Amino acid sequence: MTVILAFLVLVALAAGLWLSQQRLASKPWLETGIAPLAGHGPGRAPGFIFIAVFLAVAGGLFAMLGSAFVMQIDETPWELVPLPGRVWLNTALLLLASLFMQFVVISARAGTTRWLRASLIAASIATLAFLAGQAQVWIALTSGGYPLDGPPAASFFYLITGLHGLHVLGGIIALAAICLRHAGGGDVKALLPGVRLCALYWHGLLAFWLMLFALLQGWGNAFLALCRAAVT
Amino acid sequence: MTDILPEHDSNLPPREVADVMPPHAHSWIGKYVFSQDAKYIAIQYSGTAAAIGLVALVLSWLMRLQLGFPGLFDFITPEAYYQFVTMHGMIMVIYLLTAIFLGGFGNYLIPLMVGARDMVFPFVNMLSYWIYLLAVLVLVASFFVPGGPTGAGWTLSPPQAVLSGTPGGAQSGIILMLVSLILFIIGFTMGGLNYAVTVLQARTRGMTMMRLPLTVWGIFTATVMALLAFPALFVACVMMLFDRLLGTSFFMPTLVELGEKLSYGGGSPIAFQHLFWFFGHPEVYIVALPAFGIVSDLIAVHARKNVFGYRMMVWAIVIIGALSFIVWAHHMYVSGMHPWFGFFFATTTLIIAIPTAIKVYNWILTLWKGDIHLTLPMLFALGFIVTFVNGGLTGLFLGNVVVDVPLSDTMFVVAHFHMVMGVAPIMVIFGAIYHWYPKITGRMLNEAMGQIHFWVTFIGAYAVFFPMHYVGLVGVPRRYFEIGEPAFLTAPVDGLNAFISSAALIVGAVQVLFLFNIFWSLRHGLAAGGNPWRATSLEWQTPETPPRHGNWGDDLPNVYRWAYDYSVPGAPKDYVAQNDPWVPDSGGRRL
Repeated sequence: MTVILAFLVLVALAAGLWLSQQRLASKPWLETGIAPLAGHGPGRAPGFIFIAVFLAVAGGLFAMLGSAFVMQIDETPWELVPLPGRVWLNTALLLLASLFMQFVVISARAGTTRWLRASLIAASIATLAFLAGQAQVWIALTSGGYPLDGPPAASFFYLITGLHGLHVLGGIIALAAICLRHAGGGDVKALLPGVRLCALYWHGLLAFWLMLFALLQGWGNAFLALCRAAVT
Repeated sequence: MTDILPEHDSNLPPREVADVMPPHAHSWIGKYVFSQDAKYIAIQYSGTAAAIGLVALVLSWLMRLQLGFPGLFDFITPEAYYQFVTMHGMIMVIYLLTAIFLGGFGNYLIPLMVGARDMVFPFVNMLSYWIYLLAVLVLVASFFVPGGPTGAGWTLSPPQAVLSGTPGGAQSGIILMLVSLILFIIGFTMGGLNYAVTVLQARTRGMTMMRLPLTVWGIFTATVMALLAFPALFVACVMMLFDRLLGTSFFMPTLVELGEKLSYGGGSPIAFQHLFWFFGHPEVYIVALPAFGIVSDLIAVHARKNVFGYRMMVWAIVIIGALSFIVWAHHMYVSGMHPWFGFFFATTTLIIAIPTAIKVYNWILTLWKGDIHLTLPMLFALGFIVTFVNGGLTGLFLGNVVVDVPLSDTMFVVAHFHMVMGVAPIMVIFGAIYHWYPKITGRMLNEAMGQIHFWVTFIGAYAVFFPMHYVGLVGVPRRYFEIGEPAFLTAPVDGLNAFISSAALIVGAVQVLFLFNIFWSLRHGLAAGGNPWRATSLEWQTPETPPRHGNWGDDLPNVYRWAYDYSVPGAPKDYVAQNDPWVPDSGGRRL
């Protein structure tokens, strides 16, 4: 359970930071009058908080998967699935998609329609290419003797990449809905709140994928072995 | 006293949160069926949870009939008994307690108590309820499929949960259970995101976190915990569903069934236990923390006294929430673990007793020298404290490895967790319904029926679960369809089991009276007025009772103080509402 506990430490740090701004040591029974609310202001719109909290939940989900994966490696003599080189390309595509989404935000903020459209198309293509690439990896593994009901390491690969892909797909649908809602509207800046949320979501999914990719490659094992040795 | 921004209403600081009226439905279906109003959604959640809870109650009767009078009822087969146990446990913990505290009380109280017009995302909130209802319907459907519902026990432990020897294992029962849980978690996540963001971002002007009623603190913290803990159950359910349907071996070791080697191999059943209990233990506090918060408010209102140690109460809620994530393996002592881990989990388990004890002491000190009104909410609050202390103390025993190992598979554990997370939170739910029913309906619940309900429930619950501790201590194992009088029992338990079962039937029956009271009082209850308990928190200050769509009329309230100004010296009344700008020691001056 090292992975999920490490993730929860990060969540606890963020929660602690937020709590430290809430005047938890104040004496409300002695105070009357209208007190200012902490943690409100530009950039803290409900939608932003919604996505941030949702990313924490999704992060918990992937960390749990990571934990289950590591636990099984620890208990059974497994061989990791030899991942095809295409996974590296997919990782690069998701990284690009995340970068392009940031360009979308910058363009929307600046109000430049041409750049916004170009970066939006680029981000969408990179994301869809990532999904197609993951599907291609599935096909390669299945035909290479690692089907879904094969060794548990293969099952984990399909499950982890599948759930991550579903989250990416959900992001694409949300992005399309935002663009369609504002299609034909003259004001590019009206897109800004929506694409900011999408960009945050893309960055989050990229971070999760990098963590999962490292685990699936077996890079986390040495670190986790060190943690276990420290505990036991 | 410290005044913060002591300005006149005409010179108020700008609102941090925009006052946006939520979408208003005009059709009957939009208003009452697919409602986006959190108050209606709360009632939908509570009604559905109560209905499925009644099914679980009947299942508990059937179990007790078998244990109290073995052999008397032919229709209760061993398979059926295990199905009753499984469905009773799962329904009560997930579909009743979690749903009613967060979906029911959370939806009704959060927007009103923080001074918001509604949840921040009303449409998502509505979806949350309908997915929850779908989860319940899928669960109920499992009673009607060939083989019936799963009988794997509420912990659904693999590999037995998906094998043919377990009721529903090789048929659809386990599939429907897992699908239902997955749906529940998706639905809850939608609702939970709403509860959290509403508390974080929709508080009205002046409602700082340290002015929130403890009810909101409890529900908010429990929501955050649930959002972080339910993914563990989600992952476990998806993986087990894959094992059952797609032939993977996440939790399935190499197995031989009826002399035939199965296609499974290489999986780890213990991994499932870790995932399940990583959700399962926080779940105890997901239920308990809202109960802690609500009971704090009930005691303060009905003892006319400010809650003792508010800051400590808030800190204790947060600390309990955090600690509950590092104790899960105390449910797995008998599964075996490294001795150091056993020591670690026993220590963290016992440490949780400290903030919990702080809360208990603070409730008692709130009552101390209070103007105690033995109203129905107060009676149930007192019943909760006593029951929670009893259940908590046996938890201290079971937190120790050496005590837990011999007791873990006995009825002692059944008695313990029913006291601490069955009876105790149910007491709070009843108290809360008696307390907030006047706000929801505008009428009071009938007092005489309520008194009968309380005393029969309270005494009856003790008649059920006190002797059950003894039954466990003399060695009666749990999860057994029939035990007879084996040599390892140190005393006969037949008579005691019959007594417990009789008491359980009576306690269950009196809940029918409670339900009757709910419906009867809708029409015949005394008119309540806007604030019958003379309470300070914002939900009692709405312009109309029951509150209308948007809650607050034309203007959102401003909050000038915390939620516990009772019996304040010099105040014109024995309470000062949170939105009352009265200034202490000012000769009647208002901010």
